[in-house]
This record gives sequence, structure tokens and C-alpha cells, in this order.
Amino acid sequence: MKAPMLGSWFGRKEMAAPADIESAALRSDRFRLEREADWRRLEDIIARMEKGGLKRIDDDDLLALPTLYRTAASSLSVARETSLDLSTLSYLESLVQRAWFQVYGPRKGFFAWLREFLFGGWSRAVREIWLDICIALFVMVAGAVVGWLLVVQDQDWYYRLVPAQMAGGRVPGASREELLSTLQVEESTGGLSAFAAYLFSNNAGVCILAFALGFAFGIPSLMLLIHNMALLGAALWLFNEAGLLVEFSAWLSVHGTTELFGILLAGSAGLHIGRSMAFPGDRSVLDAASASGRRSAVVMVGVVIMMIVAALLEAFPRQLVAASESRFAIGGAFLTFWLAYFFLYKPRRLDHDTAEEAA
Amino acid sequence: MSSAALANADKRARVLVTPEGIAVPVKVASRASRFGALALDFMFLNIALVLFQILLSLTIGGAVEDLADAADQSISGAAEFLVVIRILFVFIAWYGYFLVQELGPRGATLGKRAVGIRIAARGGGRLTPEAVIARNLLRDIEIFYPLIFIIVTLITSAAGIDGGSMIWAALLWFLVFALFPFFNKDAMRAGDVIAGTWVIDAPRTKLAEALSTQGAAADATSDTTGVRYEFGEEELSVYGEHELQTLERLLREARPEALAAVHATICRKIGWDPGAGDERAFLEAFYAQLRAKLEGDMRFGKRKADKHS
Repeated sequence: MKAPMLGSWFGRKEMAAPADIESAALRSDRFRLEREADWRRLEDIIARMEKGGLKRIDDDDLLALPTLYRTAASSLSVARETSLDLSTLSYLESLVQRAWFQVYGPRKGFFAWLREFLFGGWSRAVREIWLDICIALFVMVAGAVVGWLLVVQDQDWYYRLVPAQMAGGRVPGASREELLSTLQVEESTGGLSAFAAYLFSNNAGVCILAFALGFAFGIPSLMLLIHNMALLGAALWLFNEAGLLVEFSAWLSVHGTTELFGILLAGSAGLHIGRSMAFPGDRSVLDAASASGRRSAVVMVGVVIMMIVAALLEAFPRQLVAASESRFAIGGAFLTFWLAYFFLYKPRRLDHDTAEEAA
Repeated sequence: MSSAALANADKRARVLVTPEGIAVPVKVASRASRFGALALDFMFLNIALVLFQILLSLTIGGAVEDLADAADQSISGAAEFLVVIRILFVFIAWYGYFLVQELGPRGATLGKRAVGIRIAARGGGRLTPEAVIARNLLRDIEIFYPLIFIIVTLITSAAGIDGGSMIWAALLWFLVFALFPFFNKDAMRAGDVIAGTWVIDAPRTKLAEALSTQGAAADATSDTTGVRYEFGEEELSVYGEHELQTLERLLREARPEALAAVHATICRKIGWDPGAGDERAFLEAFYAQLRAKLEGDMRFGKRKADKHS
């Protein structure tokens, strides 16, 4: 719009009005002046779209957008062959690029995406990585068994597996009463919501770590799963020795079914990326990595949601509900819900999504 | 721009082909500008978090202390509420800052916008929410976890606890990801590989005035002296496109001393007697006629890149 420098040399104030086309001595400048109004209109529409999405654009402009975009793009290819005006060329290159990003920008807003995610996208992504889930599940079970067996052989392993600040009173040799007291309900709700928020932030961090480590061919993800589950195996052994296995399982199951499921999914998502990079098949490694990365990202958003649920369960019902049966009922209900949601809930894919995928 | 910088810029140039067959030129963002953008974003986030903290303690912090004193409890309901708010705010700010902005129509965070870059789907596809989520989840293990790891190890070793080889492991972890963009030609970090994205320059160039509509460029006649500058075939064939575009830049920048120097050089080259006082008109006329000649040749498929060719 403004050209203060040129304007000042020629003693003019503003060059708002387009220059007279006939006054241009060069054919390429006449080409430019003839089309300039279209380019500026496009630039104006694009600038408004970049600021605030489609709401600020009226219907006329929206209808004109594809045509204007094609005009600018064909102007660019003509100008490349006929014009040596560097400023026009670089302007057109930037204009076409910006217009392209708006014309081919994300079609869905965040909330439309979220709705699609909750009603089908999430469970579909989980089903797509079923093989990795099987592997991760096997690894987790194996990790718990290994943890148990290690402690059976040598009690010192317990101290190596379970960090001191986590163990609290739960150490080998502790009496049945001491162990039982760690499974008791809290007397009041004070501090529990802060506890929940802390747990969520902590657990979500662990899950994101398990996912992101999949980048190194999934091996660190699996090691993280084994380590976490070995710890659980050691704790199971401890409570079994005291004859509290059922109570401990009930205490754990309230949030554990959700949390362990979430960790399982996060590890599987990481493993999925690592596996597709190690064995890309007939695609290039980069294509394979990005395809699996996007699929896993969907799973991971779900995992964060599961971690919120788990933290709430851990802070409130687990600390407030005392009976083992009720605890099992809560944990079992959530496990059933997740399994049904992931593997039985198969809504048909919306039509425009299929079209987009095919395009 | 020096020739080395020009060569670098060309090395970063890529072409996206749109579904309707239009080639859109893009340029992969330089690693330096990406680092700058990250540093800016990190700064903005930290400032926002500190401001939030101050705001929180100013508005309800005092009330909480009173409550806690009165009840003589370790944690009161209101203080607990504050803790919850703070933890959730940090989590949401940390991930939301990048996610929401990169999903927006500009595809860039504040820091990226400040240095003029944006993210895009590699290969010209549509940028999807999944891709943006994937690339941002990876950022943590690429930068922040190893940094925290290094800092914690340094603190504990300063406190006298021997970290052993931990510091080297942390350093290795950090370097593997920090140097990752230097080992592929598209300057992708690990998150970009996973998400199928890359970061490109997003120039916002303004359209400058057409040069040939005014002054001596239009009619070859100087406004000040009335002299007519006409150049022959011989005189115009000493320069090529590179020199033409350099001259264009100088005319737009309009620094008198630069114009005088170029005027003298051109006169010497084409064997004219350099006068003084009317450099701009001379250069405008020379520019317009040189461009007319080179563009005429272009239409017949003849291009002259610079004065050496």
C-alpha cells in the first residue's frame, strides 16, 4: 500500500490510487498493473482470515477466494517467465504461499476435531495399534512377574525397585497392621484435590515420556513399562506375604484399571512409532514415521484424558471408599467401560473424513 | 546479500506442488531462526507464568494466608484450590500455548511469527491437528527433560553427591536431539519427523511501486535537466539479470551515495563520461531500458544470468 520512499522522491504524498496502466513503459509492469487490484483484494482477504478465521469474511469474498488464488498463482508463473521485477516476484511468491495455506488450511476447528475424536476417532486409533497393545501388555505382565520373582529371590531387590519416598511404611518386614493402614481411607477430604492435580500432572508426564521415547525404536518405552511394572510386582509380593493381596488389589484397582490402561496405551503408542520406523515396509522411513506418529498422537490425547480420570479416582473414591468390594466394583466398572469404548464402540466414519483421507 | 548467503538461501528453497498443479515456492526455515523462535516462546511462557503467579498471590493469596492462620491447619480449602489452579494452569499453558497457536490459521506461535516462520505439512498436504499434537509432545523429551536432567545433576553434584556418568548421559541425550536438525537437509527436529511436518519461512512481502511508471524510467527524460538518456544495444549488453535486480534494490532503497557510486561504475563500464547531479534519472533510464531488453530476450527464450554469462 505505502511507498513513502518513492513518494518522497517524486514529491507525491500517497500513491493510493493505482498508477495509470498506460504510463508504464515496460510490458511486464503493465501486466502487473492490470492484475494488481486482484492481488490486493486477495491479500486483504488472506490477512483477515489469518487474523480471525472465516467469520470475518463475507460471502462474496469467500466465493471469490479460490478464483483469486488461482489468478495469483497463474500470475506468478507468467511473471516468472516474463518479468525481471524482483519486488513483484517476491510479493507474488509470498502472496501465493499465504493464500495456499488459507485455501488448504486446517478444515476442522479444534472443537469439531474434538467431537470427531470422542465419537469414533479415539477408539479407531486404539484399535489400529492393537498389535502394539498386545506386545506392550505382554511386556507389562512380564515386568510384574519379574518384579515379584526378583524380590522372592532376594529381598534387597525390593529396596532397589521401590524408591524410598514412595515406599513409606510399605517395606518388607512391616507388620500386617502397618501395611493395612496404608490402604485405609482418609478421614477428611482436605488436600485431596491438590493431590489429584499433582497426580495428574505427574502421571501425564510419565505417559508422555513413554510415548516420546518410542522414537528410539520403542526400546526405552518398553524398558519404562518393565520398570514400572516390576515395582508393582514387588509391591504385590509384599502385600501377599502379609496376606493382604486382595485388599491391596482392590485398593489399586480403583484408579489402577484406568491408569495402567493409560500407561499401556502410551507405551503402545510409543512402540507403534518405533516399530514402524524399524520396519517401515515399502514406505520410506519418514512416511512410515509420520503416519504412525499421527495415529499415536490421537491415542496420546486420549491417554491424557484417561490420566485426568485416573487422578480423580485416585484422589477421591480410593481414599474415601473403604470396602474392598466397592473398590473392585469401581475399578471393574471403569475397566469394562474402557474396553467397551475401545473395542465394541465402532461408529461409522463420517463421510467427509473418508473423502479427505482418500484425497 | 553475499554470494555465500545467496547459495544458502537457494539450498533451502523447495517447491510444493498443489493439487491443481501450481508450484508454490517455499523456503525451509533456517536453524538459527527456529532457535530464536523457541527462545522467544520460552520467554513469553515464563513471563506469563510468573505474571499469573503474581496475580494469583495478589488477588487471593492474602486471604488464603489469613484463612490458614485462623484455622491453624496445614492446608485450607482455599489454599488447596490455589494449588489445583496453579498445577492445572501450568499444564494447560505448557501444552496449550503451542497447540492452540500452531493449529490457528497462521500455523505459528508468537515466537515463530516474530521471526517470520510457520509450520506446514511436509509434501504439501493439509496440516492436521494430529500432526500438531505429535510434534509438540516430542518437544519435551527433545529439550526440556534433558535440560532439567542436566540441571538437577549439576545441583546434586554441587551439593557433594557424586552423579558419576549421569551428567554425560544427560548431555548425550540433549545433544542427540539438539543436533538432529543439522543432520537432515530439511532441518527437521525429531518431532517434525514423527508428525510429518516441517518449518518454513512465511514472508509477508508488501508490493512495492512499479518502477517504470514514473520519472526517467517512464520516458527516458530527466525531470531536473531535461536530458534524454538513450542507451544502445552495445551498452545494454554488458549486464545481466543479477545486476538488474541489484540496481532495482538500490533504486528502491534510494541512498544518494550508493546511487552515485553505481552511476560512476556504470558510466565507466559503458564508456560514458560520468557527470554529477542527475544520477537518479540516469539510473532510472538505464534500469528501464536494460529491463526492457532483458525481458524482450526472455520472451524469445534467451536469458542472461549476470554480466559474466
